[in-house]
Amino acid sequence: MIGLTHYLAVAAILFTIGVLGIFLNRKNIILMLMAIELILLAVNINLVAFSAFLGDLVGQVFAMFVLTVAAAEAAIGLAILVIFFRRRGSIAVDDVNRMRG
Amino acid sequence: MITILAFYLFATLTVTSALLVIFARNPVHSVLWLIVAFFNAAGLMLILGAEFIAMLLVIVYVGAVAVLFLFIVMMLDIDFAALRSGFTRNLPFGLLLALVLLAEIIIAVAAWKAGPASAGVSLAAVPVQPNIVAIGDLLYTRFLMPFELAGLILLVAMIGAIVLTHRSRADSRGQNISRQIDRRPEDAVKNMQPEVGEGMSL
Repeated sequence: MIGLTHYLAVAAILFTIGVLGIFLNRKNIILMLMAIELILLAVNINLVAFSAFLGDLVGQVFAMFVLTVAAAEAAIGLAILVIFFRRRGSIAVDDVNRMRG
Repeated sequence: MITILAFYLFATLTVTSALLVIFARNPVHSVLWLIVAFFNAAGLMLILGAEFIAMLLVIVYVGAVAVLFLFIVMMLDIDFAALRSGFTRNLPFGLLLALVLLAEIIIAVAAWKAGPASAGVSLAAVPVQPNIVAIGDLLYTRFLMPFELAGLILLVAMIGAIVLTHRSRADSRGQNISRQIDRRPEDAVKNMQPEVGEGMSL
């Protein structure tokens, strides 16, 4: 029988893969955004799994809100990426220092 | 039995395609693997009975977000090989960090299972109405305000993306509405009755 632990394991592995992706592709910001999407997917799986096993629908409503924010974040992130590429001609985020931070 | 089989199929495919997302050499392949991962995650949620979220995942993620990524990857002319130069250098540290994180999560779940928090956990309640109807009931009553705010977030994101990426070109010919309205028929139209076979000077 598939229990809650199985789903938590899948979500944990997915989350870890997302974090690993951010660390491995430090220069490629598109892949970093995709890794963030993977992390949010892991969070969604967690929310839905808990919602189903505890018999409470609020988790699924929250998963929908996470989905909304993820879509907005992807849109804004990619827009920033596009204007950054237009100015600099590259998307290497290692040398983003125009604001001298 | 079929549920267990489906779970392991979807779970394996999700994890495998997620790994391929971050290890693929070509970013276009990365996006395509991301789509595979989303489809299989939707399958996982279908097994749980969360049909609405599963369909939302397919529509929003595969239909909008992944296609947006695909557009951006293909639009930007980037030498992706150069971007991978730090990959092997970051590999040991990244793997170490990932393993530590995974161990941490596993320990946290184990502690949660052992603790008193799970004492009163019941199994899934028997659904009395379809998943979508139940979510709609909740969304339009108790969560009406967050729901509207989510719509507002999407609006802000849409306007923000347009404002950020829009550039006015010098050679574009826009519409001058006041000039259009100011124009009278006397300035623009002239009635003439030329004879048959005769031309007309403009």
